Amino acid sequence: MTTSQPVLSLRGMTKRFGTVTAADAIDLDLSRGEVLALLGENGAGKTTLMNMLFGQYTPDSGSVHVWDESGTERLLPPGQPHAAIEARIGMVHQHFTLAENLSVVDNILLGTERLFHLNRNRRAARAKLEALMTHSGLHAPLDARIRDLSVGERQRVEILKALYRDVRILVLDEPTAVLTPQEADGLFVSMRSMVAQGLSVIFISHKLREVLSFSDRIAVLRHGAKVGEMATAEADTHSIIRMMIGEEHDAPERSPGKTGETALRLSGINVAPGRDTGGLLDVSLDLKAGEIVGIAGVSGNGQSALARVISGLVAPSSGSIETATASQTALTPRTALAQGIGRIPEDRHHDGIVAALSVAENLVIERLDDPEVSRAGFLKRSAMAKHAEDLSAAYDVRGPGIHARAALLSGGNIQKLILARVLETHPGVILANQPTRGLDFRAAAEVSRRLIAARDRGAGVILISEDLDEVLSLADRILVMHAGELTETASRDRSAIGQLMAGHAA
Amino acid sequence: MMDILQIFLSDSFWAASLRIATPLIFGVLGALLCERSGVLNLGIEGIFVVGAMMGWLTAYLTGSLWLGVIFAALSGGLFGLFHAVLTVPLGLSQHVSGLGITMFATALMSFSYRTIFPQVSTPPRIEPFRALDVPLLSDLPFLGPVLFQQTAMTWLALLLVALLWWIMDRTALGVAIKAVGDNPDAVNAQGLSVIRLRMGAVVAGSALMALGGAFLTMSAFDAFFFGMVNGRGWICIALVIFASWQPGKALLGALLFGMFDALQVRLQTEAGALIPGQVFLMVPYVLSIVALIIAARKADYPRALLQPWFKGQR
Repeated sequence: MTTSQPVLSLRGMTKRFGTVTAADAIDLDLSRGEVLALLGENGAGKTTLMNMLFGQYTPDSGSVHVWDESGTERLLPPGQPHAAIEARIGMVHQHFTLAENLSVVDNILLGTERLFHLNRNRRAARAKLEALMTHSGLHAPLDARIRDLSVGERQRVEILKALYRDVRILVLDEPTAVLTPQEADGLFVSMRSMVAQGLSVIFISHKLREVLSFSDRIAVLRHGAKVGEMATAEADTHSIIRMMIGEEHDAPERSPGKTGETALRLSGINVAPGRDTGGLLDVSLDLKAGEIVGIAGVSGNGQSALARVISGLVAPSSGSIETATASQTALTPRTALAQGIGRIPEDRHHDGIVAALSVAENLVIERLDDPEVSRAGFLKRSAMAKHAEDLSAAYDVRGPGIHARAALLSGGNIQKLILARVLETHPGVILANQPTRGLDFRAAAEVSRRLIAARDRGAGVILISEDLDEVLSLADRILVMHAGELTETASRDRSAIGQLMAGHAA
Repeated sequence: MMDILQIFLSDSFWAASLRIATPLIFGVLGALLCERSGVLNLGIEGIFVVGAMMGWLTAYLTGSLWLGVIFAALSGGLFGLFHAVLTVPLGLSQHVSGLGITMFATALMSFSYRTIFPQVSTPPRIEPFRALDVPLLSDLPFLGPVLFQQTAMTWLALLLVALLWWIMDRTALGVAIKAVGDNPDAVNAQGLSVIRLRMGAVVAGSALMALGGAFLTMSAFDAFFFGMVNGRGWICIALVIFASWQPGKALLGALLFGMFDALQVRLQTEAGALIPGQVFLMVPYVLSIVALIIAARKADYPRALLQPWFKGQR
């Protein structure tokens, strides 16, 4: 139900950080009952723009206009989150802003009650919330603590939190990143009904499929500027991507490869669940050389435990691990490396690099005792520098130079550094855990291409990803992880795999 | 063996336990409030000294004990404000700032004492709080001496436990403080000020800590000595973990420590000939460490404890 009645208008929003212009004179309009999708690569300025709308950042220039119910135009004072909340603008952040030690109802009421009151009237609040849940179709257990909820439930709490304040404009920042396809569909159905009642939505997503099915209009940002806008009805994947990256996007092509001997075999692996991670229940996996095995699933179902077992960071309580050269009950980081397991960790900033060391040092950090790198405990600085120059060029690692601290690289370049370090040694097994998460199209495509190339060279690749589209496009075989169990599926159908991800037998 | 049983049955033992626990109750509540908001306050040991000195000094100069209590809380709050400014808006290391406050406060109080009383051989004394003799109730067997012959400050401590529990559990303010110690982004996104909430909690918490010090000079003793706080602040930091940041359990923890300490004094006199007294002096600390090890495994740390928060930054 799109009307021409405006609710929000951003005019000439500009924000500079040092010499970088993160947002450059962006105009954006939103009508009542409209879903506007905001698209762009990482660093295109989407988050900066939304942070300005919410008063988290004060814009260098530009203004935010809002229209209230009666159609009266008002200017939002810059740099004040309070003003945005009062103008009934709500935001569901990509990273949940929930206090995990509090109940659902406390999280929703937070900030809506007077602080210095010795009592609270929660009956009225609860009644309003119950009505809201029925009305929106978004349900959450009100008295449960956030820490006991699934991510899907947390997401609903985030949205209810905004709706409770009677928002008229809702910003959703990558709302489906952590949901199963079914949960995502349910979310869109609920949002659709809210939109039909006059809610306006700004929707940020990387998933073009969702954008095409859910939005009314699409605005594309690139390098901090708005480069295009179109009605969703007139858009298709190709035209959007061309607008986003400014050129034709060539998705990596997967052709069936030639599989060989077993590269890694896990048999009956059990790991007890940890405080923040799921465990593993009798997981077996047979990885052949020359294939990519994709492991799909919503994060937190044991993927981290599996990755840690293969990386040698955790010893399983039972089971065995067999590589091309040895069989054992547990790997250590050292034996994992020695047996040719290359690791691309999930948290690339934290586990993938040592931020305080230079690019050159990070490139050899897994083989410091290699004679090419050191002799008698002394590093060969010039050989390392030459090596780093060569690898940086080959893998297109861009940054302030090989002697700069790795912390100064962008996320995409850190990932290229890790790829260079891992692939250079031609490992027989490559463990890629969320290798493209948070990367833009170009960087993600580059990572995918490298993984396929490694497979074609004869490596066995384990690809753990929350992005089902990525698994579908890269993997030769697909396994689904749920509640610590690994199930192989022959199906390449999204909804069938989605059922498995949600724990329903296919 | 019989002797130990007799200790546990005597009302004087339980009265002493509660008396020894009182300064700890104030301290634990203060530390709990600070940490619930996400700020560790290692200034506690120094703030105890501030409370002890300022409370006693005010009472000595004005003759009013309650004015002393108020001044102790105010000066404790002032040092808390110092810690809050350094750690909340400026985001400096909470450990470094807290330890700095402890050293600074301890030294400043000693210096002030020496300056104000340049030539005293025996410390000047005040007339401390006397036991509240509640008519009828204090004549009850057992309960009378244990509960109803304590000073007003012990009652204040117990009252504050209930008040803090009510605030943390039943008011919007308590919810906001718990939220800011768990996820400040959540608080900010809901339009509340992370900075104000945290600074308020640290100042109020520090005022509570100072009351623990004031109890020492104005209720337990009647004068100010150097070194009289003697690690009580640090004990409170440990007790908060034992209490898993809950006021009710904080009371329990403080009482437990008070009990161990009261027990140790009595065991010393009972068995002093056989075992050196120093062994008994260790008892409350050893038992506290054991209790802490058991409780701390399940401790539910505020997730944002020690983490500074800056506006507009993820």
